[in-house]
Amino acid sequence: MTALAEFRGVSFAYPHGAGGRPPFQLRELSFTLELGEVLGLIGPNAAGKTTVIRLLSRVLQPSSGTIVIDGQPATALDRAAVARRIAVVPQDVPQGFPYTVEQLVLMGRFPHAPARFFESRADLSIAREAMALTGVEALAAEPLERLSGGERQRVVLARALAQQPRILVLDEPTAHLDLRYQAECVALLRRLHRDEGLSILLVSHDLNLAAEVSDRLLLLAGGKAVTSGPPHEVLQEPVLEAVYGCRVVVDKHPATRRPTVSVVWPEGR
Amino acid sequence: MTSTARLVWICGGLTVVLIVVALGSLLVGAAAVPPRAVFDLIAGRGPVGGTDRTVVLSIRLPRIAAAVLAGGALAVAGAGFQALTRNPLAEPSILGVSGGAAFGVVLAQVSGLRQGVVDALGLTAFGFVGAVAAGLAVYLIASSGVGLPVHTLLLAGVIVGIFFSASITVLISIVDANRLGGVIYWLLGSVAPIPPGQLAIFTLATAVGVWLVLGQARALNLLALGEEGATELGVDALGLKRRIFLGAALLTGTVVAFVGPIGFVGLIVPQAFRMLLGPDNRVLVPAALLGGGVFLLAADTLARTVVAPAELSVGVLTAFCGAPVFIWLLRSRVARVAP
Repeated sequence: MTALAEFRGVSFAYPHGAGGRPPFQLRELSFTLELGEVLGLIGPNAAGKTTVIRLLSRVLQPSSGTIVIDGQPATALDRAAVARRIAVVPQDVPQGFPYTVEQLVLMGRFPHAPARFFESRADLSIAREAMALTGVEALAAEPLERLSGGERQRVVLARALAQQPRILVLDEPTAHLDLRYQAECVALLRRLHRDEGLSILLVSHDLNLAAEVSDRLLLLAGGKAVTSGPPHEVLQEPVLEAVYGCRVVVDKHPATRRPTVSVVWPEGR
Repeated sequence: MTSTARLVWICGGLTVVLIVVALGSLLVGAAAVPPRAVFDLIAGRGPVGGTDRTVVLSIRLPRIAAAVLAGGALAVAGAGFQALTRNPLAEPSILGVSGGAAFGVVLAQVSGLRQGVVDALGLTAFGFVGAVAAGLAVYLIASSGVGLPVHTLLLAGVIVGIFFSASITVLISIVDANRLGGVIYWLLGSVAPIPPGQLAIFTLATAVGVWLVLGQARALNLLALGEEGATELGVDALGLKRRIFLGAALLTGTVVAFVGPIGFVGLIVPQAFRMLLGPDNRVLVPAALLGGGVFLLAADTLARTVVAPAELSVGVLTAFCGAPVFIWLLRSRVARVAP
């Protein structure tokens, strides 16, 4: 297997802590994202999941260590070159200006020709294909603010696909979705992975979602990697209980035989 | 229709409107000049001397040029500040940037700069520096918390604006109390004819400011995704924000140096075009440039004719139009955007 992205001993610290606590640090993190793989990045709050996304997309620079993207050190690539390889699907898009669905998806074409004033015909047809893949082409002329959370999620995904990346980074893809859209989202991710050959880094709080779609899981806690491997190896009761600090039961999904994690709720009385 | 063709049609249409309004403005005024004589003078056929010639070519025409430039520059500055702050209410006068520019210009005037061409360059430079200082002050006050909240930004702008207009009053009181009345009139903003040399500087500074904003209009659209979202798509967000800020501050400083701090043009015009044409800055900025020119020219023509032979300050008219727009936007947009 070839590594599409690799963290080699990457450390990072934010300059200020939040609410009087010491600043968050990521310490000596190493992992690889292989070609055609779905890697699930899991861990409790403040584990460093978002920091990993920001480092990978070069919003932040590591204080030490190397990030390798597509065989080259990330520092050798300019921002647009990174954005042509890695597309980040955020949890949501900020609103304020009434951009339409098509305008937002076309923004994904920016890194391919930042100096162009208007997008080309080719850009438009790529954006339309991306909208078709996520099933939002009928919404093309709608302003974003009129869409439901599930529709917006698919629009943002279409924008990421319009970037024609090799790596898709998903930040809590199902956070705003009800069960039906969660199921649709998983189906869509599977299709993209299979048909488009995308490598996916899935960042999620939802352990069951991560176990369901990931080839491998990487468990982070307090800015350090705890363990990594196939879902059934990572999702062990003692490990999860130590990391999350609560009692859990790991079982098998009745339909897919993938591991599932349920919390044992503490007694109230 | 391709994007380019659409932009050409929009700009072409607005240019026609601008020419029609400019012709109309040439025809009216306190001095009665027959339309025939106006057309002859514009075509270069009129008499060599005479009152009509002076009125049309040396008073009305340069004033029209100044109004068009100022309106266009303010509207582009408004669109720039709005994209920069992701806030449709941001505008040079509301952000206090006009106030800072006015302080710079008054400071330059009391230190001896007058009406010449070189002086005009100096006034523009002082206006620009004042605008940058006020903009930075607003940014520092508003960003002390997390992010740049909509209401905090507006409050910081209002406070900085009040501070600078108080400073101007103090400055004038110390140096030349007789001029206080005139300064208060100037602070509302009023267009006057500008001689050709100064007009050239006005045009050049406006062109540089518009280029700074329009040249990165596509990346500016991406800033609507937030700094992080734009960076993830390959935008150098910090460099872009600096460039747009400098462009918008240059436009504001220039307008203040030549016609005074006219308010609300940067709010009304971009907002109107955003509703008509959508938020894409590649279309919005050129449309605001031409439409801002049309708007301020129409307002100035009204200002010098409705109470002729006296004149209203054009800033009074734009404030009468702008205040309702601001209130409407505050009630409709901010309520949904702000956390």
